[in-house]
Formats: sequence, C-alpha cells, structure tokens
Amino acid sequence: MLKKLLKKSSGSGRAALAPYTLWAVLFIVIPMLFIAYYAFTDNNFNFTTENITRFFTSVSSLRNEDGTVTEVHTYLLIFLRSLKLAVLSTIICLLIGYPMAYRIAHASKRAQKIMMTLIMIPMWMNFLIRTYAWMTILQDAGVLNRLLSAAGLPSIHIIGTEGAVLIGMVYDYLPYMILPIYSVMVKMDLSLLEAARDLGCGSLSVLRRVIFPLSLPGVISGITMVLIPSISTFYISQKLGNGKFFLIGDAIEGQYVANNLHFAAAMAFILMVILLFFMALVKYSTSRYLYGGEAK
Amino acid sequence: MKKTASRFLTALVYIFLFAPILILLVFSFNDSKSLSVFSGFSFRWYTELVKDRHTLEAVRNTLVLAASATVISTVMGTAAAWGIDRLRSRWYRTVVDTVTDIPMTNPDIITGISMMLMFVFVGRLFGAHSSLNFWTLLIAHVTFCLPYVILQVLPKLQQMDRALPEAAMDLGCTPLRAFLKVELPEMLPGIVTGAIMAFTLSLDDFVISYFTSGTGFQTLPIRIYSMTKKTVTPKMYALATIIFFITLTLLLISNFIESADEGNTKQKRKKSKAD
Amino acid sequence: MDKIIELRHISKSFDGETVLDDISLDIHDNEFITLLGPSGCGKTTTLRMIGGFEHPDQGDVIFMGKRINDEPPHKRHVNTVFQKYALFPHLNVFENVAFPLREKKVPKAEIKEKVDKMLSLVMLSNFAKRRVTSLSGGQQQRVAIARALVSNPKVLLLDEPLGALDLKLRKDMQVELKKIQKSTGITFIFVTHDQEEALSMSDTIVVMSEGKIQQIGTPTDIYNEPVNAFVADFIGESNIIDGVMLEDFKVKFAGHTFDCLDKGFAPSEPVDVVVRPEDVDIVNAADAELYGDVTSVTFLGVHYEIIVDIAGFKWMIQTTDFVSEGEHIGIKLDPDAIHIMKKSKYSGMFGDYSTFSEEMDELANAGGEQQEC
Repeated sequence: MLKKLLKKSSGSGRAALAPYTLWAVLFIVIPMLFIAYYAFTDNNFNFTTENITRFFTSVSSLRNEDGTVTEVHTYLLIFLRSLKLAVLSTIICLLIGYPMAYRIAHASKRAQKIMMTLIMIPMWMNFLIRTYAWMTILQDAGVLNRLLSAAGLPSIHIIGTEGAVLIGMVYDYLPYMILPIYSVMVKMDLSLLEAARDLGCGSLSVLRRVIFPLSLPGVISGITMVLIPSISTFYISQKLGNGKFFLIGDAIEGQYVANNLHFAAAMAFILMVILLFFMALVKYSTSRYLYGGEAK
Repeated sequence: MKKTASRFLTALVYIFLFAPILILLVFSFNDSKSLSVFSGFSFRWYTELVKDRHTLEAVRNTLVLAASATVISTVMGTAAAWGIDRLRSRWYRTVVDTVTDIPMTNPDIITGISMMLMFVFVGRLFGAHSSLNFWTLLIAHVTFCLPYVILQVLPKLQQMDRALPEAAMDLGCTPLRAFLKVELPEMLPGIVTGAIMAFTLSLDDFVISYFTSGTGFQTLPIRIYSMTKKTVTPKMYALATIIFFITLTLLLISNFIESADEGNTKQKRKKSKAD
Repeated sequence: MDKIIELRHISKSFDGETVLDDISLDIHDNEFITLLGPSGCGKTTTLRMIGGFEHPDQGDVIFMGKRINDEPPHKRHVNTVFQKYALFPHLNVFENVAFPLREKKVPKAEIKEKVDKMLSLVMLSNFAKRRVTSLSGGQQQRVAIARALVSNPKVLLLDEPLGALDLKLRKDMQVELKKIQKSTGITFIFVTHDQEEALSMSDTIVVMSEGKIQQIGTPTDIYNEPVNAFVADFIGESNIIDGVMLEDFKVKFAGHTFDCLDKGFAPSEPVDVVVRPEDVDIVNAADAELYGDVTSVTFLGVHYEIIVDIAGFKWMIQTTDFVSEGEHIGIKLDPDAIHIMKKSKYSGMFGDYSTFSEEMDELANAGGEQQEC
C-alpha cells in the first residue's frame, strides 16, 4: 500500500513540498491567527472586544492654535490621516510614474536598460538613510533652504508638515509604481496600437481605449505596491513629520514599544481587514472594467 | 516642443530620485560634523567608521544573517517550487498559492507583528525571559525570502518541457540522476536570481527585523535606526556611501554579464541562420 | 519472428476515466508497428506503458518473456523519441547524443566513436558542437533519433515524432525513418493519428479507439478488409451503407441486390457495407441500377473527388474522368468493390457524406419501389 502511494508521480512532489508546507503553516498562517488571538484577548488572555472598541472610541483633546481645545477620536483620526496621505502619495506616484513608465517603455532598448537601472539604483540605498537624507535637505536650515537663499529666494518651512511626509513617501515608493507599469507596457504588442489607429482611433483615444486598459494590470499592482507600504509606514512620518503626524504604523509601533501587545495586535488586525477588503474591491472592479464587464 | 517638455520632466524625476543620494555622497566627505554646510573635503568620517566597533559588528551580523537566510530559503524554496510544479491536486495548489502570497502582499509591519506575537507567546509558554534572538530573526527572514525564491524558480519549471526528465530516465538515469543532470540545470538561472533577491531583501530589511530581533543581535538597518534616533554624524553617510558603491559595482557587473550573454546567443542565432 | 513485447489484458484509468480497456498485443522482433487512432484513444498511454512511464492497473507488460511491470524506465531496454523531442537545452548536439553513454560510464574513446557513427547515420556529422536550440525542427528530430538509438536499444518508441514538422519534411522523414529501421533491425513502435503515415511506413498497424484495439493487421489488410465502420472511416475515405446479407455472396443495399465476395453471415443479417470511393465506376445513368445527380466536383490533381446524390445518400467517388456539377450519372459496383462488415457500435456513426443512414434507407426503399413499378 505504502509502496503504491510512493510510486504515484505526485508522491515525490509532495515530499519536496512538505518542508515548505510545514514552514508556511508554522510561520505564515499561525502568526496571522496570533494577531486575531491577541486582538481579541486581554493581558490574561481572556476574551475581550475592548481592544477593538478602543480603536474606535478612544478620545483625546487637541489644543488648537487659538488656544481652544477640541475633542477628537484619537485612532480614527490617525487612521484617516494615514489613509489620506497614503492615497495622496499613491495618486502622485501614479501621476509621475505612469508617464515615466510610458516614456521609458518607448525608448530604445539600450536607453530602456539605462533608464530602468537608474530608477532602481535608489532602491539599493537603505530606506532609513534615504529618508534621513531627505530630512537634512528639507530642514529649515537644510540644503534646500540654503540653495533658495543663495538664489535670493525666500526660505520655506516644509519639515514637519504633511507635505514633507508626502515627499518622503513618494520618494521611497515611486520605483514600485514605475516597475510594474513599465514591465506591462514593454510587453505590449505594438501591432495592437497600429490596429487601433487603423480602426480610426486618434492618439488620445488610443491611449484611453487601448494603452490604458492594457496597462491596467501593471497600474493595479503599482497602486497596491505603493498604497500598502505607505499606509503602514512608521519611520517616514517620525523623521519628516517631526513626530507631529502620527500615522497608524507609528501607533502600532508605539504600542509595541510600550509593550501593549494586545492593542498593537488589534490595530494590526483592523488594518489587515481593511486592506483585505480594499484588495478584494480592486480585484472585483478591475475584472468589471476589463473584458467589457460581462465576465463569466 | 512637446518632446523637450517631456525630456525636462523626465530629467526632473531623475533629479528628484538622486538628490538625496548626491547629498549623502557629498556630505560623507565633509570636514565638519554638519549635514547641511560643506566646509571642506576629508576622509575623517570613513576613518571614524572603521573604528566604530558596534557598526562593524552589525555589518558582520547582517552578512551572517543574510547568508544563512539565503541558503535556507533557496534550498527550501527550490524544493517547494519543484513540488508545486508537479502538484496534481487543484485545491492544494490554490491553498499553497494563497499562503505564499501572504508575506508579499501583507504590509511588513503586520508580518513583523504577527511573528513577534507568536514568538513572545511561545517564549512565555516555556518561561523564557526574552524570546527574541538570532533564531527568531532568522526564521522571519527565511519566511519573507521564501516566496521570492519560489516565484523565481517556478516559471523556469513551467517553461521546461515536461518530457525532459522522462527522456533522461528513458536514457538510463535514475529519477535522482535525471533531476540532477537535467532539471537542476534548467532551474539554475531561477535559483540564482532567487538567491540574489533573498540576499538583498535580507540585507535591506528593517521593519520585520525591528519586531523580531532581540537586543543581543543587531543588524545594520537596526543599528542605523538607533543611530538616527540621536543626532546623526556624517559617519552614517560614509557607511551608506560604501554600501552604495558596493551594490552599484555588483549591479554593473551583473548587467555586464547579462548583456554579454545576450550578445553571445544573438551571434549564435545569426550563425545558425546563415548556415 | 520472435515476440519481443507482449501486452496481456492491460487496463488503465486516470481519475476514474478508462483510458485502456483490456488491451492485448504481441510485438515482434524487427517489426515496424504503428499504433493508430484519434487523440484520446489510448495509443500514447500504451506507448508510455512500454517505456515505463505509466503502470497498468491490470494486466502485464512482458519483455522478452519477462514480466517488467515494475521495472523503472532507466532499466528497460527501450528508448523513446518524444513528441517535442525533449532535447536537453543545456547540452550541445554531441552531448545530447552522448548522454545515455555517459550515464553508463562508457569509455571516452568509445563514446566519441559511437556518437560520431550515430550522427553520420542521421546526417548531422557537421553539427556536433552546435546548440540544440539553434537547430531546425527536422534537425532536432534527427538528434532525438540518434540519442535514442545510440545505446542500441531492443525497441524504439516514437510518440508522434513527425507531428511538428511541415508536410514536405514529414514525407522525407517517413522515408528516412523506415530506412533507419531497416538498417538497424530495431523494432519500432510508432504512435500517430495520421493514417497515411501509418499506411506508408508500417509492417503492422494497430487501430485503436476508446481504449480498445479495433483491428490489427498489415496496411493492405486494414485498408481492404476493415472490421467495422470505425476502421473503415478512419483509414481512407469510405461510403458506408446499411445493408442486409441475403445469403453467402449476396447483399442487398440501396434497394438493390449485389454480388459480393463475402460469406459466413447469418441469413438476412443486417450488415455495414463499405465501398471505397476509388472502386466506384461511373456509367451512363440509363444503364445503371444506382443513379443520381452530381452535387459537387473537386479537382485534386491526380483525380476528381465528386459527390453524387443517389436517392438521398451522398456517395463520394474518386475518378479521373471529368463530370460536371449537376450532371445525371449512374454508378456501377463490381463484386470486389464491395466489402461487408459486421454491425458494431460504430455503425451509422460514420461514412455517409451528408445524411443519416435511416433517412437514406427509407428514401432508397421508396426509390426501389418506384423502379419496380
């Protein structure tokens, strides 16, 4: 009986897959369950929903510039701020990245190689150092303001604003937008574009009706590859936002440092659920958009 | 007109991408401690870097960790890809694909937190005082490297003619010899790029390491993180510059090898057409 | 001729679907045998079973008198030429052919000698150092044959090896394969779905369908004496008509009684009647028992292929005489043009060039009655 099982051609395949399967269960699946477990228990590991409700109800007071005080939902505010910055940085990356990818994909083979290598090189620099370098550039007495004053222009205050955080995010994640869009565009069959022109499309409508839908898979993976790390980052905001713009990643890290593991898990859990929902939505809407929507 | 505009914008993007790197390079040679005023050229920070025992140890740690994680994830990932390729059960395949996707799509912070929670929980179960150490770090690194290795090797197997291993057995190879002599050479390019990816990912990782490493074992990114918590000296820039030039050289060499290889095959193709 | 391979009552199913259903077959030494059938008929599975890549659920594979069901591929004295050649892309031509010899640790000088000999047999002596990926389809094919033959197997298995080649090259390779088989004296087991290929190359043809062997015989036997409607239709073109065997040497179909050469059927046994298109003679409509209008004429170079509507049944006729579309013609059938087959489950599924047999029958009967008036 055993001999017969081993003889099956998939037998050796399963044996080769076994260590990975075990590893994946132990170190991918079970840790995910631990997030849920910690999120729904208190310090003594009794069931509670308090960590989750705390995220939605916790309130703190903010002192406005005119001295008045407003009450805000702490974590909802942080989450919405993260969402806003992540969406903004994704949009900016798309607006810069799409034309870049298009331009690179339509350059000569040699130029393509050089341009893509240049896009990738900054990724080889540790992202902590890159971010720190931006801090020294954007500081009030930093390189940018020195250049401005040397040119006789008024200096600008940018460090510690949401703008600075956005610059950091766009800088760090732009290559992740360009790469997938480029790789889809470079594989695009040029005769399709010619066919579209032949069928009476103008330049703009070729772009709108053929190039863009065909590059959509690249755009989608670019969007997820930028949105997901920028919504969960916890270093950029600390350095470029002067710690004034706490993001959800900073909140999770802060709770971890403070050893509030259950609340950190609760926030990670909520973030994960929202991202899963977002990915499902993206998948659904692209399949609706492509293929004329009548996907069966 | 349109063309000039597009060139100008492209140049602007590249300036944006390289500005901080340029700043970094320049200020690593700064004579003074300032990161925004260049007062003179010197190698001062490079000599200080060489004297910094903690940083050098972090470099060593990072290399040891990356090498171990690369070896383990490459071996296990290659075997897994081989196994996935010959899976007949469709639901098993779907499950494996989905689970393999998790570390790649999940934000690093969630991957890091999830493992940390499990390590802490298990550690507490055994009454350990501190449950995070080199081994937890290694497990985490192997885990996030594995999907990348699998995704590099799997396409090579899928492109391979399924009859190749059968042909080898038909011609007298045992299944093991057939694997070594025929399948392995076909998979090799994927294994090599997978290993390189694993190595660089491991070298560069900060977020997951941050959550899964204990105090006893510091990697370079974590060392850099703790350095940037205080005021940073150009010493860190010197370090970044060295890393940058090493990776740049490696990149150029691999590009060179690649294009040489391409030129070779092209020439051969031409020759065969001429025959 | 000695039996070299015997298949004994072999059955095999994949995921509950029967692929081979009680196959028995003897293969002789020095024979060129072809497994012929449409895709999914089980021919490739049979071949893979001989090669050792599949194991029978039931039955035995016997090689030179020894049961080899559990022998792995590398221990069998048979080699395979794979469908898409399965050349090792990381090795050059020489190393591909040398592969089995290196595996057997044959001395270097001997390897060189044997490989060179093989390469000259397949006319690739100047290609030894070339990468296999730089070769044309036909050249790759030759390398695959050389590689399979170099270790002198008792049997060579060829799995649709000519399928990927264009028509001209395929014809050349057919001749060449036959030549190689003659000169080496090795048994070739050839799998194909191309009946012309099978007819032109084989000593023996095994026609398969739905996991069963339909007929085993020489090409002439199979063509002239098909056992059922499936074989008759699959090998060449045929008009297959429902008929009744009145007595020995007398058959009635299409409303008329004809003389034939077949006997041994029960009185009034329903049968399938096969008439090959090239065996039909065209005569004046007035002199013929069967007549009708020409509905289409196709010029095929050597001959015309015409379709004649005779009382609703469309006959295919191959003729060198020109007739024009719409012409009213008669046909004549000599006794040796008529071949009688027993009814099988394939009856009525093949062989008429437009209509159902039943419909034709009724019309033919009506026509017959009219004529009797």
